[in-house]
Amino acid sequence: MADSILTTENVRLYYGDKEALHGFDLDFPEKGITALIGPSGSGKSTYIRAINRMHDLTEGVTVTGNFMFKGNNIYAPTTDTVELRKQIGMVFQQPNPFPFSIYDNVAFGLRIAGKTKKVELDEIVEKSLKQAAIWDEVKDVLHKSALSLSGGQQQRVSIARTLAVSPDILLLDEPTSALDPVSSHKIEETLMNIRNDYTIIIVTHNMSQASRISDRTAFFMDGNLIEVSPTTQLFTDPKEKQTQDYITGRFG
Amino acid sequence: MDQIRESLLKTSIATKRERFGRSITMAALILIAVIVVSIFYFIASKGLSTFFVDKINVWEFLSGKTWNPGTTDAHGKQEVGALPMIVGSFLITVLSAIIATPFAIGTAVFMTEISPKHGARILQPVIELLVGIPSVVYGFIGLTVIVPLQRHIFGGSGFGVLAGTVVLFVMILPTVTSMTVDTLRSVPQYYRESALAIGATRWQAIYKVILRAATPGILTAIVFGMARAFGEALAVQMVVGNAPILPTNLTSPAATLTSILTQGIGNTVMGSMQNDVLWTLALILLFMSLVFNIIIRVIGKKGELK
Repeated sequence: MADSILTTENVRLYYGDKEALHGFDLDFPEKGITALIGPSGSGKSTYIRAINRMHDLTEGVTVTGNFMFKGNNIYAPTTDTVELRKQIGMVFQQPNPFPFSIYDNVAFGLRIAGKTKKVELDEIVEKSLKQAAIWDEVKDVLHKSALSLSGGQQQRVSIARTLAVSPDILLLDEPTSALDPVSSHKIEETLMNIRNDYTIIIVTHNMSQASRISDRTAFFMDGNLIEVSPTTQLFTDPKEKQTQDYITGRFG
Repeated sequence: MDQIRESLLKTSIATKRERFGRSITMAALILIAVIVVSIFYFIASKGLSTFFVDKINVWEFLSGKTWNPGTTDAHGKQEVGALPMIVGSFLITVLSAIIATPFAIGTAVFMTEISPKHGARILQPVIELLVGIPSVVYGFIGLTVIVPLQRHIFGGSGFGVLAGTVVLFVMILPTVTSMTVDTLRSVPQYYRESALAIGATRWQAIYKVILRAATPGILTAIVFGMARAFGEALAVQMVVGNAPILPTNLTSPAATLTSILTQGIGNTVMGSMQNDVLWTLALILLFMSLVFNIIIRVIGKKGELK
């Protein structure tokens, strides 16, 4: 695809000698939501952690293949992982705000990038919290500890924290699996809110969530990409039998 | 039916064992409680008799600057001012903690964040070894290395606050370090990951997130080290000079509560005023260790990661 913001080819990943991802290609067009679904251990989380090189932190993990972000090789030896992760932000499964105030959490990425002007920070913090659909709930308690919020609110603060550095791509690793349905719903609203501004890649166990929010869905199994299709097509008329089995097994 | 009835009414072996186990643990607990209470009672009764039996004014005891139990000054009052020792103890404790803290944090960060592999394999055993070295050995090294060094550089006898500080710094460093290491290890991994995931460098993640999250634990480690320094007797006594005068500078000889205690307790008669005032020093020590304990608890409570 010519207009892809991120292309990955022949993705293989090894834990020591054991191959965990078996060489597939997957491209992401600019903007919109792509959902990655599949059973536990199918490699979806492993795959998105490879996109912003989070595996660098774990010893014994080797990634091969061609990862191109806006025409730049992500795994080139000269790639600055710090810059890369500013462009490709990540939100994790556990809501994990830092033990600081809400404001300091959201401003964290800006401050480490050298932005210190208060006016500028105020503005971006507000904008990010609004994008994450939590501004109205926290605008009066910005200087309270983020840990005093509920799990769902903490997760939206985590999202705001990532959005504040305005990445091009937002990776979400099962962002709602630790949350109750109401909070999950709010996170989904948040994502719908920003789908036109960011390229969003979300790993989810929840197939109805994938069908509700995503434009495209990719189905993973046993370290392979089985199929990637527009979401409605994948859920109504999948190309592969494995996909069919998986989605009907859950829904049927 | 009778069988069921019988088994329900009879105390089973398991129940008996449980009662037995419970009474043993209870007994151990009571014994320890009794020991602690009697130590408090003993020291307090002895220490307070300075004020009640020997009629020494509490304020004069705490603020007096001359320590010479048994002699009286021009006004006929006992020369039992404990201020020099109190100042000496605090000065040496605080100074050694101030010096030890950056080293401890640096070492701990290296061991947990920068090079966990070498940290676990090489530094961890070294630090555990250092914790286990008897204090007399530290004191002896202080006496043969630090004291001559201080004498050589700054003149004077070589005994004094500085030598005491250096010895205590080395003594508490492993304690503070290993506690700081534990604290840093308990900082959740996802703090590191999420800091890096939004473009922090490793150093930014360490000092803006990890150290900040670990601050309560690090403070606890420092206070713990201070408690140890405050109570340390032998090693300090060997290098501090044991002169109960207010220290005027870092190289002047001084005394600490512990050093005067260990030095004097064998040379006084039980029940005499000279002996009572030493117990009062012990009471102050006990009180201070309580204070340190309370500080540690308060910090721990405040800093609990929710």
